[in-house]
Amino acid sequence: MAFLPDIAGTLLSTCRDVLPIVLLITGFQVLVLRQPIAHLPRLIVGGVYVVLGLTLFLAGLEKALFPLGKIMAAQLSDPAFIAGSGGVEAVSDWKSYGWIYLFAAMTGFATTVAEPSLIAVAYKANEVSAGTISQWGLRITVAIGVAAGISLGTFRIVTGTPLYLYILAGYVIVVVQTMFTPRHIIPLAYDSGGVTTSTVTVPLVAALGLGLSATVPGRNPALDGFGLIAFASLFPIITVMGYAQFAHWFAGRKRRTS
Amino acid sequence: MTLTQRSAVRTRLLSLILRKLRSAFTDLFPIILVIAFFQVVVLRQPLPHLNDVLFGSLLVVVGLTLFIEGLEMGLFPIGEAMAHALARKGSLFWLLAFSFAVGFSTTVAEPALIAVAREAAVTAAQANLIDPSDASIGRYALWLRLSVALSVGLAILVGVLRILWGWPVHYLIIGGYAIVMLMTMVAPEEIVGIAYDAGGVTTSTVTVPLVAALGVGLASTIRGRSPLLDGFGLIAFASLLPMIFVMGYGLIIFG
Repeated sequence: MAFLPDIAGTLLSTCRDVLPIVLLITGFQVLVLRQPIAHLPRLIVGGVYVVLGLTLFLAGLEKALFPLGKIMAAQLSDPAFIAGSGGVEAVSDWKSYGWIYLFAAMTGFATTVAEPSLIAVAYKANEVSAGTISQWGLRITVAIGVAAGISLGTFRIVTGTPLYLYILAGYVIVVVQTMFTPRHIIPLAYDSGGVTTSTVTVPLVAALGLGLSATVPGRNPALDGFGLIAFASLFPIITVMGYAQFAHWFAGRKRRTS
Repeated sequence: MTLTQRSAVRTRLLSLILRKLRSAFTDLFPIILVIAFFQVVVLRQPLPHLNDVLFGSLLVVVGLTLFIEGLEMGLFPIGEAMAHALARKGSLFWLLAFSFAVGFSTTVAEPALIAVAREAAVTAAQANLIDPSDASIGRYALWLRLSVALSVGLAILVGVLRILWGWPVHYLIIGGYAIVMLMTMVAPEEIVGIAYDAGGVTTSTVTVPLVAALGVGLASTIRGRSPLLDGFGLIAFASLLPMIFVMGYGLIIFG
């Protein structure tokens, strides 16, 4: 079993991730709160599940999906593929990169749907809103946002336009939307931006950004390769608020007609 | 317990496990679809290491199932229990100390952040912004990490204060955006990209559920706060403040 050492290594690093939290909570319980924790055995079992689950999840990604995603990103941004069979010269025309935009969008969507942090936040939002915010509704809306964001981010790398202009435009849209969105959805929408970029999305998207900026003539991977993550955390805010506005408007219209 | 009872229990357990596994498989289905589409339609090449891919995907499905089960059993309840206990204790100092410590301690040792900080330090040395010796690269990376961890700790602290005092989240976030844009104009170009990405890499998979439970638990304990309106927003601060701190660090260092 060649997998076992990898899994053991991942287990070790997951434990190291969880260790500060365990120390912190134990320290506070013992020194500050000085009260026994209710349902302690159940909490410990849950904690073990989290560590084991995260370990298997990361080991599986490392083994299966990351290499594959990186190979595909490299193949798609290969100049020979982009220029077609006609030539191997690198092209700077943004229209030649259609498959890249599509791949970026689809990867962004698919990895966001599988993101464990987003699953956690969607679960909590569903519980807190007494079911009015559906888990899948939120996850798909966020995933559409990430898809649009990363796709636009690859377009930015190809055209070489400055990052801050896009971010500024995005911020302006967010601020304007904030004024018109149902108030109760705003905090959740802002949070959706932060949770999208964790274990699954970042490595794949980073590989795509670096591969692409190495291919497109005139781009410098050190300066242009990043920034995709910033897109992926901005656009879900816009789509989640947009969806809430639409649902609000739709409900209002239905009420008026009936 | 009779034999039929026992087998009934076993069937129920099995169907429960199967249902959880199926829901994890649904989560992964889009990824499988994307890979299949690009391999078959666009790239038209056989998949390399098919066995590895299949076994890895199996691990991912089982892992996700366990993780979600653990969220419901362990991580959410402990986050909410801590929030309730600290709120009942009534000491603002300990509540804020705990909030800061959650953000700082989970971020400072985060592997993704260590990697990004190291990379940023090497890039800065190549661009002759800092002294290219190993000692100064290490120092730069360490301070970068510390400023991110400090900012995440402060972000959770400010977020908890916001819940206590009932400020609307969007004033703080929009104010933060304005600061980010102002600092982007004056900060050196080399640090801007790292700063923007620092916001994204800080919130790890274990921290997010814990922080979400902390916020919601706190908002449901304090009278007059709504869990939906006040409980969320902590993660948004944790991704905004690192951008400001990293650009601030760049301004101090590069002057």
